[in-house]
Amino acid sequence: MNKKKTVNIDLKQYMMLIALIVIFILFYVLSGGTNASPTNINNLIMQNGYVVILATGMLLCVLTGNVDLGVGSVLALAGATAGIMMVDYGSSPVVAILAALAVGLVAGVFAGFFIAFLDIPPFVVTLATMLMGRGLTYTFLQAQTKGPLPDSYAQIGNGFLPTVTINFGSGTLDLVCIVIAAIITVLLIFSELKTIKTNNKYGFANIKTWQLIVKDAIVIFIVWFFFYKLGSYHGIPVQLVIMAVIVGIYHFITSRTVAGRQIYALGGNAKAARLSGINTRKVFFWVYTNMGVLAAVAGIVLSARNASATPKAGDGFELDAIGSCYIGGAAAAGGVGTIIGAVVGAFVMGILNNGMSLMGMSTDFQKVVKGIVLLGAVTFDVLSHRKKN
Amino acid sequence: MSDVILEMNHITKKFSGVKALDDVNLKVKRGEIHALCGENGAGKSTLMNVLSGVYPYGTYEGDIIYKGEKCQFHKIKDSEHKGIVIIHQELALSPYLSIAENVFMSNEQTTVKGVIDWKKTRLDARKMLEKVGLEDEDVDAPINSLGVGKQQLVEIAKALAKQVDLLILDEPTAALNDEESAQLLEIMLNLKKQGVTCIIISHKLNEISYVADAITIIRDGHTIETLVKGKDEFSEDRIIKGMVGRELTNRYPERTDCKIGDVIFEVKDWNVYNPEDASRQMLKNINLKVRAGEVVGLAGLMGAGRTEFAMSVFGHSYGQKISGKVLMHGKEVSTKTVREAIKHKIAYTSEDRKTYGLVLIDDIKHNMTMAALRDHYSKHGVVDKNEEIVAAEEYRKRINVKTNSINQPVGSLSGGNQQKVVLAKWMMTLPDVLILDEPTRGIDVGAKYEIYCVINELAKAGKAVIVISSEMPEVIGTCDRVYVLNEGKIAGELSKAELSQERIMQCIMQDNNRKGE
Repeated sequence: MNKKKTVNIDLKQYMMLIALIVIFILFYVLSGGTNASPTNINNLIMQNGYVVILATGMLLCVLTGNVDLGVGSVLALAGATAGIMMVDYGSSPVVAILAALAVGLVAGVFAGFFIAFLDIPPFVVTLATMLMGRGLTYTFLQAQTKGPLPDSYAQIGNGFLPTVTINFGSGTLDLVCIVIAAIITVLLIFSELKTIKTNNKYGFANIKTWQLIVKDAIVIFIVWFFFYKLGSYHGIPVQLVIMAVIVGIYHFITSRTVAGRQIYALGGNAKAARLSGINTRKVFFWVYTNMGVLAAVAGIVLSARNASATPKAGDGFELDAIGSCYIGGAAAAGGVGTIIGAVVGAFVMGILNNGMSLMGMSTDFQKVVKGIVLLGAVTFDVLSHRKKN
Repeated sequence: MSDVILEMNHITKKFSGVKALDDVNLKVKRGEIHALCGENGAGKSTLMNVLSGVYPYGTYEGDIIYKGEKCQFHKIKDSEHKGIVIIHQELALSPYLSIAENVFMSNEQTTVKGVIDWKKTRLDARKMLEKVGLEDEDVDAPINSLGVGKQQLVEIAKALAKQVDLLILDEPTAALNDEESAQLLEIMLNLKKQGVTCIIISHKLNEISYVADAITIIRDGHTIETLVKGKDEFSEDRIIKGMVGRELTNRYPERTDCKIGDVIFEVKDWNVYNPEDASRQMLKNINLKVRAGEVVGLAGLMGAGRTEFAMSVFGHSYGQKISGKVLMHGKEVSTKTVREAIKHKIAYTSEDRKTYGLVLIDDIKHNMTMAALRDHYSKHGVVDKNEEIVAAEEYRKRINVKTNSINQPVGSLSGGNQQKVVLAKWMMTLPDVLILDEPTRGIDVGAKYEIYCVINELAKAGKAVIVISSEMPEVIGTCDRVYVLNEGKIAGELSKAELSQERIMQCIMQDNNRKGE
């Protein structure tokens, strides 16, 4: 038998996740435990779903070394389209959703075309789509809120998956949540075992067993805590499912596919990428087209949650999405960042917002804190890299 | 004449516990040109950074005695005040500012404090330019209108404007062609006559033995020896011996058992026009062929069109209105995009690995598989990570990339190892033809040797290899056959037997004369 190679876990990789847990515990103490109530855990998902969706798409833009400033406006435009379709034309939610997605697609293709094929700087192009999208939204809605939207549509933002409740303690518990938590646990353990097996097969180093157990124990605890809370409320929100699917797909794309690797290569060194046979125009085009579609998805979710389409929807969301990526470790210059990081970044912002609201802090001052956190996280990241060199 | 201007005694500099310099001594006489030689990573640049105050006093041990007094430089400005100016490998010029503005950058000529005296700036700039042979240039022209060679000279003018006594040049000729290099060396000799002392760091040993009065050799952070002109042997072989600590009997490893087969790669009637100016023809009717197992050189002066040729063939990455045929194994193929070129088994490694070859922030394995990922290390668009790691490990061992792990970022590797990563990247695409553009630029003798060995391996494996190089000895040492390019045309073809520096220059001169008629 050859000697087994082991390495220490790379703590830096989990830095933001640890920060997230610390912030959560901090507000748990400050708010006397209300931030961990089933209702609030549910709210965290409901309030941050669309930012997570936007951050997922935004990360791809950030990876190329750019941003998309137009997402908030495209989100509003897509929501307005869906609202107008249903309220004014009486179309079914399915048709309205398709129309909203089509609007997002067109907006994305529009931006992508100027950026990829005419070499107009993304900052300028998306600043233009931001203005145009917002203007069109106000025009279409005549500066009025469109609503109420049908219940079946609102389910996307407010609804829950079917539940199977049992009595548990003083309340009830949804068995679906428990089953899902159990499945995740099994899958996690299964995938860790598979990783160890492949590592052994190829002779790669494994992470030290005790560290692996600690890490997985923490993750499993969080999973159970989370689903237990949801289970003792109304079960699994539809938003959570949408979010999980999108995050899952994009995590896979960025980490495991050739397309994902091409985005990283382009962001790291566009000239080298081009001379390595990567069609950088195509990559740019799809990244921004994709962003348009995801902005529309977020627009559908937001308008469904409010059961109405408002012209002001999504105002400033582009900055939340960009901030999430940077907090999550993405580099402004491009080429560095992960989907999971962006999601964690979005939740850092979300938990901060939520915690401060619970404590009755004014929204004005909340912005100051968010600014400090953004600057602090990026400064920390930059300085810790500098030290290493 | 022979008094000592600079003495660096027992300099030791540590980086997080690792000694980059260990008890280094350097003695430079007033008015001489003193060369520092050593392999990459030997500590030459570190030593010069200690001297110029990039590493402030207190972060190193040892003394600097300059013009008889002990110096403690805390920042670069301190050393500049004393007349020590360092010109780094990367030019410190601002591309859109004028020549005059660049000459006086951070040394602005002012009337009242903070208000620039433009008349004085321009007049003085002209004076400085005269000293470096650039009197014909317009001082108001933006600096990026000059070629790299002239920009390098402007850097020297900039140093002269600072009343320099001791000028340090770090690889000044690395990006220059032979002609420009020669001009720069002449200017150094001129400055010497005017009493300026120079320290030059260079890998081009022929230049050093031509220009230097004394050579100090550094190896692994130690001073090995100082050779003095007239007293010690000054040949390139002697310097190399000091640098690597052994005799490199043959700088170009011999290619044995290498069969030259059929023509694999052929280009016919290749014409290319300037990408910015459609009326300027950059390449005229280029015809060439390369056989399996053959190493063919493209020689010529800077601007002869060698890189332009390679890049225009490789996915039309350069130029416009491109016409002509590319044939692989006798069949015409399209190379309009880089993807097509790769599919038809053509590979090209750029002359500028940092700008065009590598993603410096990414790790070795991702860089290695960047070009081959789609065809060889993925299925249905999904990357096979395990195979990727295995392959990267295999190539790392095969071409001896010196690193602890394939997860290390490429930017942290030395130039030679970076170049090996670039080679691995293209070998992974399993090409039949490799076009290597300046494969050994800016890397040390040891790494060069290893690169030549890789070239030999490729040839033995039946690949067609094209080597583009500005260093004529390299072309002569590695190639079986050479095409000489001049001003976008093939000026001649030389077989191994006829190959010599004189013959190559002769081809270029004859071509120039023909044009004159």
